[in-house]
Amino acid sequence: MMHLPNHWPYIAASYALTLGCSVVLGLGAALRLRKSKARLAAVEGHARRRERSAS
Amino acid sequence: MRPTPNLLHRYANPGQFLRLAHALLPWLSSGAILFLVVGVIWGLFIAPADWQQGDTVRIMYVHVPMAWLASSCYLGLAICGVLSLVWRHPLADLAAIEIGPVGACAAALCLITGSLWGEPMWGTWWVWDARLTSMLVLFFLYLGHIALIRAFDEPARGQRAAAILALAGVIDLPIIKFSVQWWNTLHQPDSITLTGAPTMSMMMLWPLLITTIGFTLGVAAVIFTRLSAAIHESRARQLLARSRLDRRDSQVA
Repeated sequence: MMHLPNHWPYIAASYALTLGCSVVLGLGAALRLRKSKARLAAVEGHARRRERSAS
Repeated sequence: MRPTPNLLHRYANPGQFLRLAHALLPWLSSGAILFLVVGVIWGLFIAPADWQQGDTVRIMYVHVPMAWLASSCYLGLAICGVLSLVWRHPLADLAAIEIGPVGACAAALCLITGSLWGEPMWGTWWVWDARLTSMLVLFFLYLGHIALIRAFDEPARGQRAAAILALAGVIDLPIIKFSVQWWNTLHQPDSITLTGAPTMSMMMLWPLLITTIGFTLGVAAVIFTRLSAAIHESRARQLLARSRLDRRDSQVA
């Protein structure tokens, strides 16, 4: 095999960027789902309490 | 409005979709993690170096999946566009809003990892080659879609305009795919085709397939999660709006 210079910084940068972005997207989506579920539960609870007090 | 086919009709119900997403998400995420761990270790440390490119060929194991995902997500946007324009599928517009940024991320990563490969191999970060340029156009189409779908005060107008853009932009997908055959490009021709045998060693093909499956499962999990979150947010907004209306009615009475 012919001698090639060290290209590991390029390889490391590619993997770090791709895996880093994937982790950020995945964690971001999971946190958003958790937050939206909690918010919906709070709004539904509030609506139920209002209905009960109105009746 | 045309009648919706049965399968589409079933998942037009957000509750039904949430149940499906809840059942699929653990499998998609654990599959993604498993395939990515195996694929990345195989691609980085076990797969052989190329006789011409040396270790730089390892960038292919993340670059090719990103290219595949950028194109697939855009096809997903176009399908959502058809579902929205023809059948007024209630989840299609929400799905388009959530797929756009994920696809844009994949397209950006494809361009960046391609540049990181091009600098040591071609001696330049960028050339106005047909494959690279058509992929850059796809990235701009994503940005246009993301901007357009949020650009109007009335969401339905933005969603309709973005659906039309998604359908018009689909012409870029065959251009990306066949650019290396139609034009004399610096980018190498496809190593994997549906009709012919792959032109790369199986020792390189396996990690490529494994990382591609891993990233595909991961993106599916992210899109399902984002769409589920969007449905919850939309329900919360509707409930809040209704309670505000009720309060106003009771004040008037």
